[in-house]
Amino acid sequence: MTAHTSTEVSVKNNRSDALIRYGALLALLIFLLLMLLPFFMITINSFKTESEYLANGPFSLPSGFDLEAINTTWALTDYSTKLINSLLISSSTALLAVTLSLFNAFALGIGRIRGRTFFLLFFLMAIALPPESLAYPLYYLFNQIDLYNTRLSIILITAALHTAFGTYLLSSVFRTFNQDILESARLDGCNKLQLLLRIVIPLSWPTLSVLFVFFFIWTWNDFFLPLIFLISNDNQTVPIAMALARGERGMVITTQSAAAFLGVFPAFIFFLLFQRTLTKGIMSGSSK
Amino acid sequence: MAQNVFLSDKNQAQPQQTKSYKDSGYGWFLIPGISIFLLLIVLPFVSNIGISFTKWQGIGAPEWIGLANYQRAMGDAVFWASFKNNLLLIIAMTIIPTIIGLLLAVILYDFISQRLGTGWASFLRAGFYLPQIVPIVVAAIVWKWIFQPDWGVLNSLLTAIGLEAWTQNWLGNARTALPSVMLMLVWFQIGYPLVIFMSGLQRVDPQVYEAAKIDGANWFQTLIHITVYMIKPEIAVVVLTTTIAALKTFGPIYAMTSGGPGNATTVASYFAWKNFFEISNVGYGATMATVLTLIVLLMTFFFIRAQNQQEED
Repeated sequence: MTAHTSTEVSVKNNRSDALIRYGALLALLIFLLLMLLPFFMITINSFKTESEYLANGPFSLPSGFDLEAINTTWALTDYSTKLINSLLISSSTALLAVTLSLFNAFALGIGRIRGRTFFLLFFLMAIALPPESLAYPLYYLFNQIDLYNTRLSIILITAALHTAFGTYLLSSVFRTFNQDILESARLDGCNKLQLLLRIVIPLSWPTLSVLFVFFFIWTWNDFFLPLIFLISNDNQTVPIAMALARGERGMVITTQSAAAFLGVFPAFIFFLLFQRTLTKGIMSGSSK
Repeated sequence: MAQNVFLSDKNQAQPQQTKSYKDSGYGWFLIPGISIFLLLIVLPFVSNIGISFTKWQGIGAPEWIGLANYQRAMGDAVFWASFKNNLLLIIAMTIIPTIIGLLLAVILYDFISQRLGTGWASFLRAGFYLPQIVPIVVAAIVWKWIFQPDWGVLNSLLTAIGLEAWTQNWLGNARTALPSVMLMLVWFQIGYPLVIFMSGLQRVDPQVYEAAKIDGANWFQTLIHITVYMIKPEIAVVVLTTTIAALKTFGPIYAMTSGGPGNATTVASYFAWKNFFEISNVGYGATMATVLTLIVLLMTFFFIRAQNQQEED
């Protein structure tokens, strides 16, 4: 009898359990659809003609696959140039920042030189530093050395800022570097440069590539300093161009949608390419 | 994203320093990094503080005026309005997303991941995270388009469901402009705490939940007393990094409202930028930037200290 009742209870529990489970799933899926609605809206409305939008409103699906809005915005913003600029700036910045971080962390994490706590604290504060407090003096400095309004200016500045984060992260990773390997390399007569190039870099390659991806995407997404330092059309990045497109003549509701779409699209590509790296990287701080 | 550097790594095994090597030669490797750092971060940082004590148009020699800019700021309504708006952005970027992110993380962990498999949980997590991967200024452009007064998505939706009276120029009205920007920021931010909290939850021993269940704790009690308690480090990091981000907000204001209408949506960063590059009030802009920096650095400093103290206990 007792056994019978308990089975009944557990069946009931299972049923209400399943109800809660699928109810929660349904609620989450509805919430997710709402969250993704803005992306859906700019996607369908970038492939309509203006007259179709004005006739049927934003919620109707496009009757065809009209490229007029995309093409107009592409030409108006010189999108190809902006893509190349963004790729060039983001990859150069990431490469420079990873290299500088690697050198710093080699000295602080592997070399454990004196004063490393001070240096690390210094870099940690720099991570939080608002770029507002550097903007004007940098603007003045780069004007003085005739590098203002060049892609190189923003590469150098952004790399310096990212190096603070990279140094901090890599130093803490390097602290746990296998000491036996370092020791035997030393006994084999490895000098410091060989130690870095032949031992440390190959063994920390996965971390370095995660760092590269982070820097690449952060630089791609950056806005405040690039807005100040890249004022001519030939130098600007995708986010800057899309933010400034609004003021261009001939922008209508569908081309504005297309500008948003062209801004979002590369980010989605990166997400698909780097999703694993990014989620792994997000965990890297806490899993240690 | 991975501002998790603020998550302490003190608990990782310290490498055994068997011998102390008298290793010189490592210091050389700091030279490139430190040189660039001194030139492009330390020098501008110090200069900016210096400029804040001057009256300067950006050309000619700056005129030393001591604390006059700071005194002026104290009596400047726009200065205070900027920080008041920054506080409201903290609600939008820190408080609301942290609460929603926590609830979503717990639901995903409790109801989905544990019972329907991690596939669904990963899928939903990736979906909610999607806005985070877009440049924030592009997210602002998307929402500016949604808030369009004529033919915009929001007004079209309201008209379609019979609420035409509610339609308005969302970003052009002083009463609705900042709440509209805040809505966009909540949407943008939710994924960040969610992802961090979900990874934190993996540390929690399921047996603790079993024990709580046996003791008769309900779902809400479990959430507050166990989940929140266990992932306190993650919550602290999310609160710190998003508060800093809220204080630095620039792009969304630039792209959506230009600080307007009037000064209804101006924020510290935008105020500084405008003084630097629009009205050439460089000294005053530097003052705002210095105050902002001081707030951010003090917050970071106290956070790190609190974290270190907690570990020593």
